[in-house]
Amino acid sequence: MKLTLHIWRQKARSNKGGFQLYTLADVSEHMSFLEMLDVLNEELVVKGEEPVHFEHDCREGICGCCGAVVNGEPHGPKSGTTLCQLHMRHFHDNDEIWIEPFRSKAFPILKDLIVDRGAFDRIIQVGGFIAVRTGSAPDANGITVSKESSDLAMDAAECIGCGACVASCPNGSASLFVSAKLSHLGLLPQGQPERLKRALAMIRTAEAEGFGYCSNYGECEAVCPKRIGIHHIARANCDFHKASFMVYQGTGGKAAVG
Amino acid sequence: MKLDSRIPSGPLEEKWTRRKNGVSLVSPANKKKSTIIVVGTGLAGASAAASLGELGYTVKAFTYHDSARRAHSIAAQGGINAAKNYQNDGDSVYRLFYETLKGGDFRARESNVYRLAEVSNNIIDQCVAQGVPFARDYDGHLANRSFGGAQVSRTFYARGQTGQQLLLGAYSALAKNVGAGTVQMFNRKEMVDVVVIDGRARGIVVRDLVTGELETHAGEAVLLCTGGYSNVFYLSTNAKNCNVSANWRAYKRGAGFANPCYTQIHPTCIPVAGDYQSKLTLMSESLRNDGRVWVPIRAGDNRSPDQIPVAERDYYLERIYPSYGNLAPRDISSRAAKRMCDEGRGVGPGGRGVFLDLGDSIKRLGKNVIEERYGNLIEMYERITGEDPYSVPMRIYPAVHYTMGGLWVDYDLMSSLPGLFVLGEANFSDHGANRLGASALMQGLADGYFVIPTTIGDYIANSKLPKVTVDRPEFTEARQSSAAFVQKLLAVKGHRSVDSFHKALGLILWEHCGMGRTKESLTTAIQKVRALRDEFWADVRVTGDAADLNQELEKAARVADYFEMGEVMCRDALLREESCGGHFREEHQTEDGEAKRDDENFCHAAVWEYAGPGKEAIRNVEPLAFEVVHLAQRSYK
Repeated sequence: MKLTLHIWRQKARSNKGGFQLYTLADVSEHMSFLEMLDVLNEELVVKGEEPVHFEHDCREGICGCCGAVVNGEPHGPKSGTTLCQLHMRHFHDNDEIWIEPFRSKAFPILKDLIVDRGAFDRIIQVGGFIAVRTGSAPDANGITVSKESSDLAMDAAECIGCGACVASCPNGSASLFVSAKLSHLGLLPQGQPERLKRALAMIRTAEAEGFGYCSNYGECEAVCPKRIGIHHIARANCDFHKASFMVYQGTGGKAAVG
Repeated sequence: MKLDSRIPSGPLEEKWTRRKNGVSLVSPANKKKSTIIVVGTGLAGASAAASLGELGYTVKAFTYHDSARRAHSIAAQGGINAAKNYQNDGDSVYRLFYETLKGGDFRARESNVYRLAEVSNNIIDQCVAQGVPFARDYDGHLANRSFGGAQVSRTFYARGQTGQQLLLGAYSALAKNVGAGTVQMFNRKEMVDVVVIDGRARGIVVRDLVTGELETHAGEAVLLCTGGYSNVFYLSTNAKNCNVSANWRAYKRGAGFANPCYTQIHPTCIPVAGDYQSKLTLMSESLRNDGRVWVPIRAGDNRSPDQIPVAERDYYLERIYPSYGNLAPRDISSRAAKRMCDEGRGVGPGGRGVFLDLGDSIKRLGKNVIEERYGNLIEMYERITGEDPYSVPMRIYPAVHYTMGGLWVDYDLMSSLPGLFVLGEANFSDHGANRLGASALMQGLADGYFVIPTTIGDYIANSKLPKVTVDRPEFTEARQSSAAFVQKLLAVKGHRSVDSFHKALGLILWEHCGMGRTKESLTTAIQKVRALRDEFWADVRVTGDAADLNQELEKAARVADYFEMGEVMCRDALLREESCGGHFREEHQTEDGEAKRDDENFCHAAVWEYAGPGKEAIRNVEPLAFEVVHLAQRSYK
C-alpha cells in the first residue's frame, strides 16, 4: 500500500520541532508499524539524511520502550496493542498517518519521537517495592495468597511503564501507572506493611514530577496496551486518603498515628 | 592465558558451602570505600546491584536503556526452574542439577551447575517476598508447569510474562536502593571500554547516548551483566538493542571468550514472513505442554490443516521421542523441525514451518483453560500473523534465541581479567552446549542475588587495590581510543546502511553456522564474513554526529563488533570437531541423526584469547572434569 506520513521531527529538547512529510510507496500489510518506519529510515540513510529516531527494543509488546501518538491515539488505532505489535493490515492504501511523540510536561522530548520518561523511575524509587533484604526471605509456600488476589495483583503488575496513559490524559496524569503498582503490591499480603506509606510517597512524587491529577476521563484505560483498568485508581485514591489521615506525614520514621 | 577454574575442593554437594565458609569478608567501613561498577541491569545486573548496595558497597549501575526496567530479561515468557519439589513428584537439587547438566550435553562445569540447582530454591523465596505474582493454585499455594528436558513439574511462572515479573521484582529492589542512595543509577549510558590498570579491571568508559559524551568511571571491580550475542544473526528473538559490544570490548582487554559457537536455536518461534522482518517472536516452550507438534506425512501436502485427517499427520516428536514427546529439549526439537522441512513436509509460505496444534487440548480442557494458561501468547500470535490459534494450528519454526557461550569465568564468576566479573547470559558457565527452558532466569538471578555478593568480597579483601582515579593515563587512553573508533565509523561516509550490512552478516551466519554446520560451510562463512567486514569499513553510511543522540552510530559500533565476533564464532565451530547440544556438526552424528559427542578430544571449554588487531585469536582450553556424573549419550527416546 501507499502511505503519506507526517512525522514529528525535533533535533533536541532545546530545538523547535515540526511535522515533516514523507511518502512510502510499497508497504506490506504484514509489516509491523515499526518495520514500516524501518523501511522509511533505510531510504533516508541511503540518501544521507538522518533517520527518524524512535525508541524500541523487544518489539514484542513487553519492554515498554516504544510508543508514539498515531493519528491522535497513543500506540495507534488497535486497542490493547503496543506500537510494535500494531501491524499495517489495520491501515489502508493511500492512508495519511500523523505520528508524534508522547507529549506531557513530565516527559520532555529528547529527539524526534523519543521522550524522557525518567519520572516514572523516580516514582518507583520512593516506594514502588516491597523492602526485603536478599537472602532473608521465608519459604515461598509459607505465604499463601488466594488465587483471586494473586490474579488481580498480576492484572495490575502487567503494566509495562510505556507512558501511553500519560500521553492520552488531558491532565497529563500518571494515575494509571502509579495505581497499577500500588494495586499490584497492595493486593498481596507481602505488600501490607508498607501499603499506606507507599501510596502517600508515590502519589506525592508524581505530583512533584509535574503529572496532573485524575479527573476520571478514562482515556488512559482506553489506550493502555495491557488493558489496565481505572478501578486501580480508585483503590489507590482510597489508600492515599486513608494514609493522609492516618500516618506518615513526616519523614524519617517519625510517624504520627492519628 | 591462565584458566584456573578455582573449583572448591570436597564433595560436589559441599563445594558451595565450603566456598561460602572460606571467603574473606570485607568490613562495613571498607565496603563503603569500594566502588563496584555494574554494567547492565537485567535480571543479573539489577539483582547484583541491589544486593551489593544493600551490603554497603558503593555501587554504580549502568544501562543503555532509559530505565532499568527495559532490559531484555523482561521478554522471557515461560518460567523459572527451582528444585522445590512442591509437587512431590520426585524432584530434588540433584535432579535439577543432573537434568541441567545433561540438557547441556555435558559441556558445562559440574560444580557451577550444582550450585545453580542449590540456590534455585532461594530465588523463588526471594521473588515471592518481593511480591512477584507467580501463578497459584486455588488453595493459595504456588503452581508449577512442565518444561522441555524435564520429567518433573518444577517451573514457576507468572502467566506468559515470567521474565517481566521477575525483572520488575529485581528492578524494584534496585529502585529501592537508588532511592536510599546506596546505588547510583546511570540511564542511557552504554559501556564502550573496560579500563585495565596493573592487570586489573579498574573502570569503564561509557558513551552518554543523549549527548554523545564519553565519560569514565573508576572502581574496585567491574561486573558485566550484559546478556548474550544472538543478534549477531540479525534475526533472533532478542530485543533489537541486545549486543555483544560490552563483552567484546572486555575480550579485547584480556577477558577470554568461551564457546562462542554454542548458540541456542529455539524450536517454537513465529516463522519469518518477509525480508523487511526486523526480529523474530518466540512462542513460549510452555505451549508444548498442551500443544502437539506435527507435519503432514506426505511431502508437498498443501491442504489446510483441518483437511488433513489424523491418520495422515506425523506427530514426529511423539513418534521419535516417546518418553519426552512434545517436551523434548530445544536443540533436539529444533533439528527435528528442520529435518521435516528439509524432507519437504514443512507448512506455510516457503515450507519453513511446522504446526503447533492446541486443538486436542482445547477439546479436552476447554477453550477457557487454554486461554487462562496462554492467552497473552495466543493474542500475540494473532496480532502478528492475523490467524486465530483457537481454530487454526499455529505455525512455528526454530529461531536463534540464546547464547550459551560467553566470557569465561571461574567458580567465583571472575573472568580471566582480574577484577572483571561476568554474570547471567553474558558468561559461559552453566548451560554447556544447550540450555534447558526456564533456566536462564534461574541463572541470572542466582548469579546476581546469591553468588556475586559472596564471591566479590573475597576478591576485594584479598587483592591489593590502590585507589585509582579517572585522571590515570589508562583512562585517558581508553577514552581516546573510544572516540577514535566513533570517528572512524562516521568518517567512512559510504553508500550502504548499517542495517543492510547487519542483515547480510546474519544471513551468512544463519546459513553456514546455524542449525547444521559443516567444515565446508564454516570455512565459507569465515571467508564471506571477512569480505563483508572489509566492505563494511569501506562503504557503510553512518548519518548524524558523534555529539548527539544518534541511533545509527549506536548500531554501527555494535555491528562492527559482530563482524569480529562472528568470525571467532565460526572458527570455534570449525575447530570443535564433534556435535554437542546446539552445536551440530553434520559430519558428527549418530545413525539416527542425533548429536555425537567426542568426549575424548572435546570434553573442554574452548576459550578464545585476543591476540591484537588483525591477528587470529588464540584458542585455549579448560578441561571439564566430571567427578560425580557419568558422561552418557543423551537420550530422550
